Amino acid sequence: MSTPALSIRDLTKNFGPAEIIRGVTLDIPPGERHAIIGPNGAGKSTLFNLISGLHRPTSGSVHLGSQKISGRKAHEINRMGLSRSFQVSNIFANMTVRENVRCAVLWSLGTGYSFWRNIGNLKHVQERTAEVLETVGLIDKASLPAASLPYADQRTLEIAITIAGGADVILLDEPTAGMSHSETERAVALIERATRGKTLIIVEHDMSVVFGLSDRISVLVYGEVIASGPPEAIRGDAKVREAYLGDEAEDSPMVEGAA
Amino acid sequence: MTDTLSISLAPSQSEKFRTRVLPFLIMAAVLVVIPLTGPSRTTYSLLNAIGINMVFALSYNMLLGRAGLLSFGHAVYFGLGGYAAMHAMQAIETGTGLWSIFPVFALPLVGFAGGALAGAVIGWPSCRRAGIPFAMISLGLAELVAAAGFMFTSLFGGEEGVSGDRMNGPELFGLSLGPINEVYWFIAAWTLIGTVAMFAFTRTPLGKMGEAVRDNPERVEFVGYDPQRVRYLIFIFAGGFAGLAGGMAAVNYEIFTPETLSVIPSGFVLLMAYVGGIRYFAGPMLGAVLLTYMQSNLSDFTEAWLLYLGLLFMMIVMFAPSGLAGVLVSISQGLQSPDRRDILGRWARYAAGALLAFTGIVITIEVAVRESSGFGEVFEPFGFALAPDNPVTWLLALGLVGAGGWVMRSSGSDKEEASS
Repeated sequence: MSTPALSIRDLTKNFGPAEIIRGVTLDIPPGERHAIIGPNGAGKSTLFNLISGLHRPTSGSVHLGSQKISGRKAHEINRMGLSRSFQVSNIFANMTVRENVRCAVLWSLGTGYSFWRNIGNLKHVQERTAEVLETVGLIDKASLPAASLPYADQRTLEIAITIAGGADVILLDEPTAGMSHSETERAVALIERATRGKTLIIVEHDMSVVFGLSDRISVLVYGEVIASGPPEAIRGDAKVREAYLGDEAEDSPMVEGAA
Repeated sequence: MTDTLSISLAPSQSEKFRTRVLPFLIMAAVLVVIPLTGPSRTTYSLLNAIGINMVFALSYNMLLGRAGLLSFGHAVYFGLGGYAAMHAMQAIETGTGLWSIFPVFALPLVGFAGGALAGAVIGWPSCRRAGIPFAMISLGLAELVAAAGFMFTSLFGGEEGVSGDRMNGPELFGLSLGPINEVYWFIAAWTLIGTVAMFAFTRTPLGKMGEAVRDNPERVEFVGYDPQRVRYLIFIFAGGFAGLAGGMAAVNYEIFTPETLSVIPSGFVLLMAYVGGIRYFAGPMLGAVLLTYMQSNLSDFTEAWLLYLGLLFMMIVMFAPSGLAGVLVSISQGLQSPDRRDILGRWARYAAGALLAFTGIVITIEVAVRESSGFGEVFEPFGFALAPDNPVTWLLALGLVGAGGWVMRSSGSDKEEASS
């Protein structure tokens, strides 16, 4: 069996006395589309923050391929090939759409901190920027200020920034939150297109997205993975239905969006 | 295919020329034309001061406008760069070693090195944090360095400072740098070099990432950059260009005193950049022109000129936070818009209101200043005696401020929308 793209071992995180992540162990093979679901406050975003280096785990480890990434800084983890998006649009608001994406491609193209080169003359940077903008369908809006984009386009830009560096492992935190039905459909198509051949881990509340997109689903409840498996197995899992949906939601199907 | 895409994304060649080359050609032309008008010695010394302050204010804006770092101690790098250049000037005079072949014309390079070195040392601890901690550290360091300036006499010359003579060493471009019109060419050249270099810096990957760090440091980490490193590197360059301005000042004034390191010039450079407009590259240059002019000329008209400076700063912060450059940009946009008649009418009303209120404030300040320090001298604009004990004076002042405020209010709310 090949090395997992991402391997999480006994990961815990405490904020003071509060145990938010309580021993998560998860292996995600290369190329898998893995969804993490769970009720609000289950620790999904915290798990992402631990993997991506925004927070340091209290104990346990995270490996990206064969390299240990837990304990490293966020920008180092990003350079090693793991990129994430944010639940709330986290873009460079005062820049144009093109400049946003350009910032995100620079490091991967080896430009570093250079102060002796004119960014306008770096042909490969322009090309890669245009390529990303075309993939996500923002090329017509390239010269608009990012802050002026409608909400759905800002979410798209968020994804564009995340994939622009060419990372092999992509973490998307609720990419369709707050979107209308048709916007969600477009976003899912974009995610499928943009992450083809890559490992995708996605936190999502919209169950139609989760069950349509993922190869495998993990259910996180109170900082623990209570079930992990293919969509059919999760759908039928009694423990999941009980824990995740709660008592009063007995008959509400998991196909309903939570947003 | 991607080729055509990337071309369609970037601005066209003619647009690039118009926005990135033409302004500097015009600037160079203006610098060349100025001496042809036969300026007086006073004008020359004002122009030289403006050039120095332009470079200084632009270097400050590398931090505030571009990287979002509010510094209260930027004069430290101006001063240390200037001192480095001053000591080099003395070494040129005595002709020690390699300094004997170093032209005074190139001293701003020494200033750059001094400022950048100071930035590299001081920036190491202070750039770990942004926001309020960074601002507080910069203030503390400014006090620290200024205090050290008065203590270490051999290096900073104590109260008298360090002085030198610029007419030594090899001459460059046939300039002896003796007469002030020759110093003008030196200042003009370095102002242009500094401006072009700092503009070019904004176009580099590091410069762009600085703007990204200003907008959103957290996201910068997740595109592979270390925001602390970005800040630190930009801080070194900002220190270097401040030192370049210091080197220009060293040659221009031939003296440096520890006051140049203090929080007073640090505050002045903040005012220049902010009044000019920190969101625009040319903003700090406008601010440098206006404030240097006010500093040297307004003080001839009134001893209360510092009050007017404070007033100007408050007005800018409250009514035109994008500075003079922002005002100019919105005026030119207003002129181009289809309903410019409406917009211009509104602005004219607004400006008239501002003028009324300003007149009232001027009367208040002038009457008060004359009364308190002028041994009972009476303010007599255009032959009207405005005595401090005459109620008419105060009614007039209050009436003008009130009327002006009312006129501004009645047209002000629309203006906000137009300029936003």
